[in-house]
Order: sequence, then C-alpha cells, then structure tokens
Amino acid sequence: MTGRMTRPVLAACLTVLVLLALVPLLESNYLIDLFNEIMIYALFALSLNVIIGYSGNVSFGHAAYFAIGGYTMAILLTTYEWSLLPAFAAAVAFSFACSAVVAYFCTRLTDIYFAMLTLAFSMLVWGVAFKWRSMTGGDDGFVGVDVPAFIAERVPFYYFSLVVIATAVAVLWVICHSAFGRALLAVRENPVRAGFVGINTRLMRWWAFVVAGTFAGIAGSLFAMVHRGMYTESAFWPESATVLIMTLLGGMYSFFGPAIGAASLFLLERLTNEYTEYWPLVLGTILLAILMFLPEGLAGLAQAVRRQILRGR
Amino acid sequence: MDSIVQFAQQDLGNPGLAALLSNPSFAFIQLMNSFSQAMNLFIIAAGLSLIFGVLRVINFAHGAFYMFGAYIVYSVAQEWTGNFWLGVAAAGLGLAVMAVVIERGLFQYIYDKEHLMQLLLTFAVVLILSDVAKIIWGTDQYSVSYPASMKGAVDLGVTFYPTYRLFLIVVGPAIAIGLWLFTERTRFGRLTRAATQDREMLSALGVNVPIIYTGVFILGSVLAGIGGGLAAPFNSPTPGMDATIIVDCFVIVIVGGLGSIWGSFIGAIIYGLVFNYGSVIVPNWQDVFPFLILLAVLLVRPWGLFGKPEGGNA
Repeated sequence: MTGRMTRPVLAACLTVLVLLALVPLLESNYLIDLFNEIMIYALFALSLNVIIGYSGNVSFGHAAYFAIGGYTMAILLTTYEWSLLPAFAAAVAFSFACSAVVAYFCTRLTDIYFAMLTLAFSMLVWGVAFKWRSMTGGDDGFVGVDVPAFIAERVPFYYFSLVVIATAVAVLWVICHSAFGRALLAVRENPVRAGFVGINTRLMRWWAFVVAGTFAGIAGSLFAMVHRGMYTESAFWPESATVLIMTLLGGMYSFFGPAIGAASLFLLERLTNEYTEYWPLVLGTILLAILMFLPEGLAGLAQAVRRQILRGR
Repeated sequence: MDSIVQFAQQDLGNPGLAALLSNPSFAFIQLMNSFSQAMNLFIIAAGLSLIFGVLRVINFAHGAFYMFGAYIVYSVAQEWTGNFWLGVAAAGLGLAVMAVVIERGLFQYIYDKEHLMQLLLTFAVVLILSDVAKIIWGTDQYSVSYPASMKGAVDLGVTFYPTYRLFLIVVGPAIAIGLWLFTERTRFGRLTRAATQDREMLSALGVNVPIIYTGVFILGSVLAGIGGGLAAPFNSPTPGMDATIIVDCFVIVIVGGLGSIWGSFIGAIIYGLVFNYGSVIVPNWQDVFPFLILLAVLLVRPWGLFGKPEGGNA
C-alpha cells in the first residue's frame, strides 16, 4: 500500500489529467472557468482531508488559510507589484507560517475544543480581512488583481493552474501515502497506542495541520487570480463549513474522495442555480441525506457497491 | 486626573480614551450599553449552553432560531397585532414548535454519533432554515418599533438612558435566576442534571430520558427565539443575522464554560464590556477583540472560566 499507486488508480488519475488538459479545446469560456474553479476547490478539499481523514481532527476554520493565501497573492501582485514567482512563493510561505503558528496552539486540544479553536482563529483572520480596509479592501473585497501578462489570458492561466494543482495533488498523495501518512492514520485510529509505539502524536497532528494549511493557501492564491479578486466571504465560517461538506460528501476515508466531493458539489451548485436561487436549501437537504444515509460519502458508497457486485459473482 | 486625560489625548493620541476618562457620563453610558448588549446576548447564549450541557451538541442552528424569533416579532408585532409583547410571546411559542419538530425529527438520531456528524447536521439545519426564512420574509431589512410603553428615556441621575435598554438590563439577570432556580430547585431540573451525568443509569431508573432531551432543547430554543425577539427593535431582522450571532454566542459560551449558566452570564458581560469600550478606545476593531478573548481562554483554560474539564477527551 505504501508509496505506490495501484494500476487502476494511476490509470484513472492520468485519464482525468488528460481530460482536464483537453478542456480548453471545447473553446467555451464558461467551461474553462468552471473546471478551473472545480480544480481549485478539489485541492482545497483534499488539503482539509489531511487534517480530518488522516489525523482525525475536525477543523472548522480551514477557510482561513485559503483566504490567507489568496489575500497575500492578491496584495503582493497588485499593491506591491511583485512578479508571479516571488508572490506565489510568498503566499505559500505565509500560509505555511500562519498555519504553523495556529497549529501549535490548536494541537494542544482535541475534539470539540479543537474545532472551536480553529473556528476562533479563522474568525480572527476574517475580522482582519474585514477591518483592514486599506490593505484588503474590507467588505468591498480586494478587486482587480494584476495577473502577470503571460498567464492573463484564460487558456494559459488554465494550464498554469492545471500544472500547479496537479503537482500539488501529487505531492499531497506522496505525503499521505508515506510513512508519515500511515503514522497519522495510527494517530487517528488510536492516539494512545500510537503514542506507545513511539509516535509523537502532537507533532504528527501539527504537521498534518501545517500541510493542510499550506495546500489550502496554494488553492487560495489560484482562486485570487482566477477571480481577479479576493472577498471576505472566503474567510467567513460558512466557507469553512462548505469545504467540510465537500470533504464529507466525497468521503473522508479515501484520498481522492474529497476531490470528487468538491467537483460534485460545485457542479450541483451551478446546476441548481439555473433553476432556483435557493441553493442553500438544496445543499442542506443533501447534507442531511448524506449524514443520515451515507456517512462514508460517495467513495464509501462506491466501495459498498463494488463489494456487493463482487459478492454477487 | 487632568494629566491622565491629557496623556491619553496628546501622547497616546487616543480621543476615545480621553473622552472616557474626562466625561463620566459618557463612560457610564458605555457601561450601560455593555450591560444591555450583554444581557440580550446572554439570553441567547444561555440557550446554546443549556442545550450543549445536556445534549452535548453544539447547535449551529441556534443563530437561525434567533433570526426566526426576530422575524416572528416583526410579523406578529409590526404587521399583524401591533403589540410588541404579543410578538415576543409568539416568537417563543413559534420556536417551541420548531424545536419539537427538529429535535424529534433529526437531532434525536445523532446523540451517539461523532462530533463532526453533529456539527454538520446542525449546519444542514442552518442552511435549510436560512433559506426558509428567505422564502417567507424575503431579503428586506425590516424595522421593528420599540414597545409603546418603553419609547422614552429614564433619568438615572447621572444621565438619561433609553427605557427599553434599561429593561433588557433587568430582564437578563431575571432570566439567569429563573434558569438557575429551574435547574437547581425543580424535579425536572434535577433530572436534566442527572441526564448530563449518566444517561443510561437515569433511564435504567425508569426516567424517560428522550423527553428530558426534548424538553431541554425546547427551553434552549425558546430562549433563542425570545432573545431574537427582544433584539428586533435595535437589530433589524435581515438575512445573515444568524451567521453573525452564532459566532458571538460561541465566544460567550466558551469563555464562560460550555454548559454553565453563570458562565454564560459572565461571558456575556465580558463580551459586552470588551465590545463597547473596545469600540471607543480602538474604533473599528471591536469585532476582532472578542475573538482575542476567546483565543486567550481556549489556550489557557479551554473548558472556560466556569466550566469543568472533561475527563480524557477534553
């Protein structure tokens, strides 16, 4: 299991990658933007799952790191006119630094108090984004991000985004399937035993939090560029809840589940908005249905179906 | 004293602090504002804390209950009868009905589930209720007028103060004492405390525990509804008010200690003082301060000022 993709999974990943690379051939601005955003949210949800699925803690403030990455990128590119690479590196580094500090405090707690502390930190980030008007634009949002000329067009940006996200997901996959990832699972399943076999459980949880925060920052900085702006809603707590729902819908006990969840939820939202403005009502109902009938998400459902078929043979 | 005022005004460059120091009635009004805001928040937060104390569920939908309370007061008091108090009573009654439906229909199935499941279930209820409110009341901002008997201001000697806000300052402690008497002195209250300690043993002794859970959920939700109703005259019912109030309530109940009534009371007062004096001394940043207190408390004493550490899993 460790460190190697099974052949069907590898084939599926490559197929998805090729299909995503072909999207611009459809020559539809709508579809290019749609898939770009789906990829960003998929990375966001995958990053959250490092905390939830692998270390077993529920973060209720993951949007904070998405927003930190996004705002840093937007401000450095536009206000300080940095070029792409330094700005991107700084956005990632700053997300890393912020999550490292927050993780230090949050990993002292578990369970409901962990969730509340992550929520509190994220509301602090939201408060700063909301009130530091001169820097972030406050509740009007940070509008008009200067995206560097060579990726300013839609199609080049799409490919840039695809390369960054594919690389990020690959790195996440390696991290989660390394010895570190297995150790995290041990911490999730039984912290006491994991401690007895010599795993520093708090350090493990700290790393999980930092990895998650950093990759959320990457997703956020791409979001700032695709939207040419950053808004306080991205840091507000319902956003953290949304990405949590994506993770849960896809299935938190599988690596790619959250990405599937993000894609499904995003497409469903677009589809619902065609017919009704009451998307939250639909989302709430879906969420109730998952919680009541599909606690392991779509990935869990797929596995159950596969087991049934195998048994039938 | 003058030198301190001068220090604040000129050396610190802080006119707000200088005004607080040099103008006693201004400082007094801030104190009263802190208390009246705190007491309104207390009514709502106490409901949240009560529900957590017994049911062990952090109810994100509590903010939506508050919002429904405010909307119901608007409909009943402003549009229909013209009587504010009838509106508040209707808000309490309406929330009691909603609470029964939600607790019996949904929450009773999740008491033994993981916290993640519980949080997300209550969030699903938030999403649904906020849209239901939009369907019923639209997206307008409504204004609710103060009750006729409390429109003016009262002379407190130092300064005049709005009657309605003074009323809130009185009603908060009354509710706190009422809740305390209820949990400490009545049979139902004793049973709820027993349910917190050992649910299985209680039901083995022949007590109908699910009814206690429903009862507590109704009581907590009615408090949210009444709190929202009483807030309606100065906090106009509008979409999105549920998302803000719930975070304020979290701050209060966690600072005070989840499950403790007096904890919520003190937590609310701390919140009110920090918010109101904060907004004078460091204008515009008052929204951030409560979170700083929350962080401080969570880091030093995660179970809150008046709470008890939970064995093992806290």
